[in-house]
Amino acid sequence: MLSEGGSFMKGMAMGGIFCLGLSLFGSFSPATEHGPGEHHHHHVKAPSKDELTRLSDGRVLELVNQVRVSCIIMVQPKILVYWATALDTWSKHCDKAVFYTSESSKALEAVDLNEKDDWARLRKALKHAYENAGDLRWFFVAKATTFAIIENLKHLVLAKDPEQPFYLGNAMKSGELEYVAYESGIVLSYEALKRLVNVLEDEEKCPERGHALWAMSEDKQLAVCLKYTGVFAENGEDSHGKGLFNSKSVDSLITDSMRDNPTNVVEGCCSDLAVTFNEMSPNQMQVMMFGVYRLRPYGHDFHDLLVFQPPEGSDND
Amino acid sequence: MRNPTSNVIFITGLLTGFFCLHFLLGSNSIKGKRGHFIQTDHHRAAAKNQTPADQSNGTIRILCWIMTMPKYLETRTQHVRATWAKHCDRVLYMSSTSTDFPTVGLNVSEGRENLYWKTIRALQFLQQHHMHDMDWFLKADDDTFVVVENLRHTLSRFDTEKPWYLGRRFSPFIRKGYMSGGAGYVLSKEAVRRFITGFQTGKCTHFSELEDMALGKCMETMEVELGDTRDEKGRQTFHPFPLDHYVIRTPPRRRPWYMIYDFYTPIEGPGCCSDLAISFHYIPPPQMYVLEYLTHHLRAYGYRHRYHPDDKTKSNTTEHVEVQSPT
Repeated sequence: MLSEGGSFMKGMAMGGIFCLGLSLFGSFSPATEHGPGEHHHHHVKAPSKDELTRLSDGRVLELVNQVRVSCIIMVQPKILVYWATALDTWSKHCDKAVFYTSESSKALEAVDLNEKDDWARLRKALKHAYENAGDLRWFFVAKATTFAIIENLKHLVLAKDPEQPFYLGNAMKSGELEYVAYESGIVLSYEALKRLVNVLEDEEKCPERGHALWAMSEDKQLAVCLKYTGVFAENGEDSHGKGLFNSKSVDSLITDSMRDNPTNVVEGCCSDLAVTFNEMSPNQMQVMMFGVYRLRPYGHDFHDLLVFQPPEGSDND
Repeated sequence: MRNPTSNVIFITGLLTGFFCLHFLLGSNSIKGKRGHFIQTDHHRAAAKNQTPADQSNGTIRILCWIMTMPKYLETRTQHVRATWAKHCDRVLYMSSTSTDFPTVGLNVSEGRENLYWKTIRALQFLQQHHMHDMDWFLKADDDTFVVVENLRHTLSRFDTEKPWYLGRRFSPFIRKGYMSGGAGYVLSKEAVRRFITGFQTGKCTHFSELEDMALGKCMETMEVELGDTRDEKGRQTFHPFPLDHYVIRTPPRRRPWYMIYDFYTPIEGPGCCSDLAISFHYIPPPQMYVLEYLTHHLRAYGYRHRYHPDDKTKSNTTEHVEVQSPT
């Protein structure tokens, strides 16, 4: 009997030591919250408060420097009012904002790509942005008809490594192809953009005039090209799983929510840290600047981990 | 002793030891290096009508009385109840008849011509029942959106035992002006007392159907002071129209029709409105929820606001890592 008891105790001791050993080993993994393995899930979640609190001060400082965003804003003279509005509103919150136009306008300045074809234009813009990236490592592509909250974009990618390929936004599916919808903005990490710029040279995989058999929208073309390089579309979500990239306006989403969640309209609608909205008029965008950056109830402090200063020379935020 | 039972027992021990420690380790949450954080979601008051609101500035008790009518309860008032009304310390829905909504029945017929009668009856009701438990009385319409926390903040600089009449100041008809009804107006306890006294003594009468102007006349008669509720930068807090009537950039122009009445020179564009705005009017139900979302939910992570009325909301900066402003 004693020897049996002894066996048991020996077993327990060994089991315990084994368990300890495993967990100690596990805690030596690098501080990046999401390793390469996470990519194979098709959603990317913003970090939770807990995750951020676990980071050291030094680590946070590194991330702060890493999380600067280069905005690639696609415009045309026919949407001049949106162009002017993007210039006066959300684009001021990008670390760098470059406007790319299909043809030049006398009223506003932009990089004139002199290109009518949407896909060809997007290719040129992305290439230009990559070549002029400087030390910026995150890229946000949107038309001037989209409204974006760049601080919330930074929050989403805060703990993500831009040397890994990230291609995020409102992920949609068309047959077998998963792509990020253009209307709600496209986020690319430096690595993803680098791979894209390389594959753009490949006329077979990524032809300049697009796959001629049928007219595929440029956001799908982009997904096809990226797929060849091993980069896949992922849905950007908050820590509760709510989508952050919206293809509709706030008004539209609220109306939907009144129909679908009548007893919990606001909670059931949109994320507190939403990154984009679409289908908003230029006037609505001006109202959004007030609503996002100024209007608030007195007495609330969120104790966010980072502080983003307001842009210089701006009066509407 | 090469005993098979002994091996089984050994393995059982192994597994027991392994899983025991596994559970023990798993239940210890990894301690954060920073300490305490207050919850991410800002604090919301309990959803019931009559419970006290946020404890943040608990000393000022605000009663919100909302002018409504039976036909609007389902189409408008329920959305007021579902959004901002729950932030009031007490909310009363004033109508011609009492219902389970619940509404207070004022025994006055509906219609524009009876608006001032409704107001008179409502204030009499408030004076009879709520002078002891409430400090300030906000009147709003069922299409007014109010940010009660910001009202609380503005009211903190006024003394309710003094005769104060606050809101969006209009200049016509009354010498010192009167407050817009739609934008919502606020009376101190003393102002309510004087209003009631005015009617009891015949100094104030129902001389007009224009409710807000007529009340302004009574306030003037009873020597109640009109307070300036603009913020430290001179920006308005009460708004008789929705945001898009004020905040959109326009080139300098003559006052549009909806600003003709303003007592203080109105500003168009981003300088129109205080960050700590209190009210907007002509707000249909979907816009109520939109404003609720914009005010209490949607924000820019980590954004340091330009306007800081005082240092009360400043947190310990040791926890923050500053980022350069975008250039």
